[in-house]
Order: sequence, then C-alpha cells, then structure tokens
Amino acid sequence: MLKDITIGQYLPGASVAHRMDPRVKLVLTIAYVALLFTARNAWALGISAAMLFFLYPLSRVPGRMILKSLKPVVPIILFTAILNMMFHDGLVLFQLWIIKITDKGVIMAVFMVVRIICLIAGTSLLTYTTSPISLTNGMEQLFAPLNKIGVPVHEISMMMTIALRFIPTLIEETDKIMSAQKARGADLESGGLIQRIHALTPILIPLFVSAFTRAIELALAMECRCYNGGKGRTHLHRLRLSMPDLYGAVFAILFAACVICANIVFPGLL
Amino acid sequence: MEEIISCEDMAFSYSHENEEKDKKIPVFEGLNLTVQKGDFVAVLGHNGSGKSTLAKHFNAILLPQGGTCTVVGADTRDEDKLLLIRSHVGMVFQNPDNQIVATVVEEDVAFALENLGVPPDEIRERVDDALELVGMSDLKLRAPHQLSGGQKQRVAIAGIIAMRPQCIVLDEPTAMLDPRGRREVMETITALNKYFGVTVVLITHFMDEAAACKRVVVMSGGDIILDDAPKRVFSNVEKLKSVGLSVPQATELIFELKKAGYDLPLDVITARDCIEKLIGILEEQGVS
Ligand SMILES: Nc1ncnc2c1ncn2[C@@H]1O[C@H](COP(=O)(O)OP(=O)(O)OP(=O)(O)O)[C@@H](O)[C@H]1O
Ligand SMILES: [Mg+2]
Repeated sequence: MLKDITIGQYLPGASVAHRMDPRVKLVLTIAYVALLFTARNAWALGISAAMLFFLYPLSRVPGRMILKSLKPVVPIILFTAILNMMFHDGLVLFQLWIIKITDKGVIMAVFMVVRIICLIAGTSLLTYTTSPISLTNGMEQLFAPLNKIGVPVHEISMMMTIALRFIPTLIEETDKIMSAQKARGADLESGGLIQRIHALTPILIPLFVSAFTRAIELALAMECRCYNGGKGRTHLHRLRLSMPDLYGAVFAILFAACVICANIVFPGLL
Repeated sequence: MEEIISCEDMAFSYSHENEEKDKKIPVFEGLNLTVQKGDFVAVLGHNGSGKSTLAKHFNAILLPQGGTCTVVGADTRDEDKLLLIRSHVGMVFQNPDNQIVATVVEEDVAFALENLGVPPDEIRERVDDALELVGMSDLKLRAPHQLSGGQKQRVAIAGIIAMRPQCIVLDEPTAMLDPRGRREVMETITALNKYFGVTVVLITHFMDEAAACKRVVVMSGGDIILDDAPKRVFSNVEKLKSVGLSVPQATELIFELKKAGYDLPLDVITARDCIEKLIGILEEQGVS
C-alpha cells in the first residue's frame, strides 16, 4: 500500500526546460511566484496563466500532471474561494442569513483560485523538470552566499540529499514492519481514528529505532569517506550556464514586462 | 615488504557511561599485528571477539588507548594525518543500505572525492574508473534503492576505491547478501588485490571466504590466537572449534575421516583438493 508514494516528481526528459541550469530555474520560479502576486487585474493574471499553457508543452510535461499536483490542495483552494466570496463588500448577489455573496467577492475568489492554481502548476514544473539531486545541488550553490550570514547552506542541502536517499528505504522498512506486526495479530485497519492512531505505535517505535541505527552507521560510513563538513568540497557536476538558460532568461524578462505593463495599463480589476 | 598497518601493544576498551570507570572491560590488551602491502588478510573470530573494534583502529575511527597504531606511516593519533589515513585506508561495512549517501549511484561514488576537494574533471574520471572496476558502469545513473544487495555493496566498494586507497578494510561485507551477491563481492575484492595490488583486510564469518585469502588471523576474546596461511590455520581444527568457530566443509570432512582412521593431511581447504584426496584413498583401496 505504501508502494505508490513517489518522492520527487521528476519526469526525466531532454527538453529545453530539462537542460536549464537548476539555479536559473529556481530563480525564474521564484520570480514567477512574485509576479503572480503582483498581478492585480484579469489581464496580468491571464498572461501568467497563459504562459503555463506555453511552458508545459515546451517542457514535454503532460497537462494532466497539473491536475495531479493540484489534487492535494483542492481543500485549500475551496476554502480560500469561499472565504473570498464572503468577505468582500460590493453589490450583493445572494444573501442567506448572515452569508452575503458580493460581485467583488466572486471576482476576488476567481482571482485567488487562478493564482493558487498557477502557483502550484508553476512550481511543480520546476520539480517535474529537475531531478531532486540537481535541485539540491542548485540550491546549495545558489544560496552559498547566505553562508556568510550564518545560514548552514551545505548542511541543509546534505540533509535534503540524505532524506531523499532514505525515504524509499524507510518506506520499504515500514512495509516490512507492518507485515511483521500484522503477522503478530496487530489490527491496523479497523476501529475509530483514536484506535487507529494507537495501532500505529508498534509500527512507529521499531521504525524510529531502526532509523537511529541507520543514522549512526551512515555517520560512520561518511566519516570513513573523509567527510568533514562543507569546507573545501567540490562537486562531480559543476553547474554551468548554457544556451537554454539564456532562452529562459530572455523569455522570463519579456513575460515579466508583459505582466507589469498589464498591471499599469489596465487599472481596473477586469 | 612495506608495512601498511602496524599495531604495537595496542589496548582498547569502550567506556560505558552508566558504569563506574574501573569496571571497564577491555576489548583487547597488548595486541600486535602487522599487515604488509599487497596482503589479503581474513580476520575470523566469534561474535564480540573484537574484530570490528580492531578494524575501526585501522582508519582512526577509534584510537588506541595504549600502544600505537601506525597506518601508512602515520600514527593514527596524529590529527593532521586523519584525512591522509582515511583516504588510504577505506572501509566497507555490512549493511550496504546504510553507507550509501547519495540518491544516484555515480554521485555516491563521487562522495569521498568531493570531500577531498578533488577537481570535477578528475572526479569524473576516477568515478568512471571505479564503476568500471566493480562492473557497475551500466547502472551509474540508477537510484541506490533500485539495486540488488550485491550491486549496492559493489557501489559502496566503488565509493572507496575511487579514493585510490592503498588498503581496504571490509567488515562482513557479504553477511547480508545472497550467494550470488557474495560471489560478486568476493570476485571484486579478489581482483582488486590481484591486479591492482590493493591490500585487503576482510572480516568474515564465512570460512570458505577466509580460505580464499592469503593469510588468516583468528581472534578470540581480543587476542590473536592464530595467524598464518589458511591451510595451516585451518589444520588446527580442534583449536578453532574450541573458540566457537568452524572450518571449511572440506577440512571438516577430512578431519572426520582422519578421526575414523584414514591417513590424510589436514591442510585441505578447498572442495577440489578434498576430492583429489578422496579419490586417492579410493584408488588405494582398489576402487576405480
Ligand atoms: N559501541 C560500543 N560500546 C560499548 N561496547 C561495545 C561497542 N561496540 C562493541 N562493544 C563491545 O566490544 C566487544 C567487541 O565488539 P566487536 O564489535 O569489536 O566484536 P566483533 O568481533 O566485531 O563481533 P561481531 O562478529 O558480532 O561483529 C564486544 O564485547 C561488544 O559488546
Ligand atoms: Mg563486527
């Protein structure tokens, strides 16, 4: 049952987006998120959304992947939509007891929903086209300057790498422990919520114990391979900027200009 | 020959925090051992006899509390020589899952070199060489969890030999593997020793693996009780049994036959030798 959890959503490929430097992709993704929140009217937001229709096919990522990444956030989307509908003044369209839905509320709700969908779809594109390892590598090198102000950049990226490495191992182990406990008569699937949480204890305890043993052994193995922190480390993959990065940057600037113009030219909401 | 590891009068005991200091039980006291360059040494001993503790002294994971341990010409207590020692004496452990750090095979093999600050182009070259050597080039872009146990252990070995060490110490590397994985690992380390002159120290519980080495060291209760060529070590069948160890099956058979009155030499450790000796007896008795 745990087999179908996939970690990292990387879809290997060779598109322009796949070949871009992870650092550039990270910066562009952050820029995209920033633009989404500065988009004040339908035009600006429309351009932002339209860009995804261009980028997904360009990266050879199937459009249905958007739906897949949206699935876990549906409750959040609904919640924001409802809140937005109710808490804006304007022309009342519908009223029931103290619930008032206004025209402005509806517009704001639609804006917010579009924004969240674009946000998720846009950031997912980064993880779809970048392998976790190059993503952590990119983050480490992009944020390296933060080391000067005391942010343990190398340590964070090392932790991410190790987490990514051990998640499949621990999932496999959880499966094994679950089977072992079931074989001893543990009932994991029936009963109310409290009972089920209770039933997890005999699974979590062995899992934690084993995770600690693994951690101790891994630390030893790392020491044996001359690990002593991030100082003076080099990388197998040296990140280099290439043509796809230039295309990406030019495209991003053009796009940002469009959004900013749209924000200035159309002062209204619609 | 040049000495690569030399332990003199070494003493060590683990400190147990919740017990009084004077109740420490020493793992070993006054232990002496030298390993020559190019040697292929098996270390045998029952559980808790101190094999892993000894191995951890070879690359300065543990430091001797008495006596000295000199590795590649440096005292392991010299902190400035720590990286030198660790890059020349690599260590492979039992559980391959717990010694692979990265999410991609080749990244993992590169780990030690990255730590040592080797330039990227050279890392690439050494990683490719190491993977080629252990026969894992085709799988270099795989995630470790997609590999079999034997393959994972070979990746771990590649991660060590990428450092181009003079010596590798393997602590029960085959204990968690199936027969096929065991064979893969044994073939890899035998080739390393034979063709690249890498010194190998192999801790094992498998007598047939020890029989394939050049030298066997037997530990019991923190002491080295036997240290010789495999044939001579395994001819001490009774002594080995008294410390809870077995001998290779071929030796065991010859030993039993000898007890039953046949005149056979005890220095037989491989199945092939054993068959030859048995055929000899049968012919003597007129069976063809
Ligand atoms: N981290 C530790 N802390 C305290 N005592 C330890 C520790 N590791 C090992 N010991 C003790 O030291 C002794 C030697 O252990 P060691 O692990 O070296 O044996 P071994 O020969 O490798 O055994 P095995 O065949 O089980 O691997 C044992 O009595 C063990 O209980
Ligand atoms: Mg041990």
